[in-house]
Amino acid sequence: MILVIAEQRNDKLNRASWEAVVAAQQLAGEGIPVKVAVLGQGVSTAASELAQAEVAEVITVEHEALASYTSDAFVQAAAGLVTATAPAHVVFAHTYQTRDFAPALAARLDRALVTDVIGLKVAEGRPLFARPMFQGKLLADVALGGPAPHLVTVQIGAFRADTVQKGPAPAPVTSATATIDPGTVRQTPEAPFQEAKQAVDLSQAERIVAVGRGIKTQENIAVAQQLADAFGAELAASRPICDNGWLPMERQIGSSGQTVAPKLYVAVGISGAIQHLVGMKGSRTIVAINKDADAPIFEVADYGIAGDLFDVAPALIAELKK
Amino acid sequence: MKIAVCIKQVPTREWQPRLNDQKTWVREQDASYEMNEPDAYALEESLRLREQHGGEVVVCSAGPARVQQVIREALARGADRALHVEDDALGAADAFTAAAALEPAMREEQFDLILTGLQSDDQGHAQFGPVLAEKLGVPHSTIIMEVQIDEAAGSLKVKRELEGGWFQYVTMPSPALLTIQSGINQLRYATLKGIMAAKKKEIRKVAPPAGLASRLTVTALYVPQKAKQTVMIGGSPAEAAAELVRRLREEARVL
Repeated sequence: MILVIAEQRNDKLNRASWEAVVAAQQLAGEGIPVKVAVLGQGVSTAASELAQAEVAEVITVEHEALASYTSDAFVQAAAGLVTATAPAHVVFAHTYQTRDFAPALAARLDRALVTDVIGLKVAEGRPLFARPMFQGKLLADVALGGPAPHLVTVQIGAFRADTVQKGPAPAPVTSATATIDPGTVRQTPEAPFQEAKQAVDLSQAERIVAVGRGIKTQENIAVAQQLADAFGAELAASRPICDNGWLPMERQIGSSGQTVAPKLYVAVGISGAIQHLVGMKGSRTIVAINKDADAPIFEVADYGIAGDLFDVAPALIAELKK
Repeated sequence: MKIAVCIKQVPTREWQPRLNDQKTWVREQDASYEMNEPDAYALEESLRLREQHGGEVVVCSAGPARVQQVIREALARGADRALHVEDDALGAADAFTAAAALEPAMREEQFDLILTGLQSDDQGHAQFGPVLAEKLGVPHSTIIMEVQIDEAAGSLKVKRELEGGWFQYVTMPSPALLTIQSGINQLRYATLKGIMAAKKKEIRKVAPPAGLASRLTVTALYVPQKAKQTVMIGGSPAEAAAELVRRLREEARVL
């Protein structure tokens, strides 16, 4: 059996959970059942939504200590469930919440965990998990050793949610008892909040010029702004630019910033770390300008110019003004 | 406050990895190395917390002799001393193995707070921090953008980054382990004085515990296949610009 641990907040399913179900269905192949667990307090909507998938069972694990996420409570509840159900693999979406508790769960169970998986294959009867290494410049096929279960997190966007196999009838929803000693939950969370109202909604922009480390200095941001103006585009950035305070955080594209899918996305001096790619790879046409011809950004680009942005950007501005 | 900061030495971002003959790992001997960037932010945060609350900052790193480069750099930036779990076999260690290597020596030190980066720039497992916390039996929180310490209460309050521009405050007792998000602070660099002072600082070398074995085996390492057919446009900057604009107008029709 393969167990998926889905994610919800306020009974609203995190869409990445569907991707974890897809990965589990692929990993299971024929004849091995997939079950999905939802941890929380009051998760019936999320559970019945998940029951549409071709799975053997949806298991709700409810407890008041799970109402607000903490790593301690989730590790305890998940460890209890995994021990009771004895799956071969446990699959999660590689969300920030998973990143917070799955490694601790693996350590508590003393089992192998492979993270950020983007593909599955089988070699000599055992599954291999493909994952990026070295900033996405390479992929590694990883085999997992030691006793089952093996834990697997899948990169957001790597498995397509719309390919999930739906069942002919809803799967049964059952409940399992959570074994949590509230006295051992050490983290006290407060309600999530947004820093400030985002003044810039980049998701509505038709064209975006995004700038990355290749711009080198704060003064050079002006070059990127001129290029954006010439394209009639909004200016955005990868994380390091916003970390340096060269552009406000609200202009950041990527897993910790905004997700966009404009008609045209021009990435300038951006190498294409996965945290950035997840925020923009749905764009219709992607242009990459980078001096390193092997940069991962070219993997997702429709058009590429391998060159120095300080030569290419002025030439482009001149061309667009013609 | 006795603060540990766990740092990793990784190949530089500019390095183009070359594969070994078996195509199962990179040619480490060809790499040039630097401090893992998220760990540099964790180091900076630990130095700031020491400036506010006093105490000491101890750099902890697992790896072969080469990792002394980043240990010295951390000492030059202001850390007080270092703990180096040294073994040639730790060069390509995964997160679980690195945590297991550091755990006994770090347990002995009884730190009040342990900081590290949220993930490494080379292997990128994003597991080391929570695994080490679990092994040490201390609470943890990840992807942290702010650390407030209440020494009287023996607790800390941290700002955790969630996805899509959301944040959350979490309180927990100390000792605890936090993984630090890049951009939490502005990094300082080593001064000449710092570099000179670092030469006199203690680096305690410790052998890893016996019986470390990774459960993750890389069976093949390779360059990813392109998801898209990328049209690479060559020529001089002016020629490339003209060709790109033409294609964006006529082919892609986005201008």
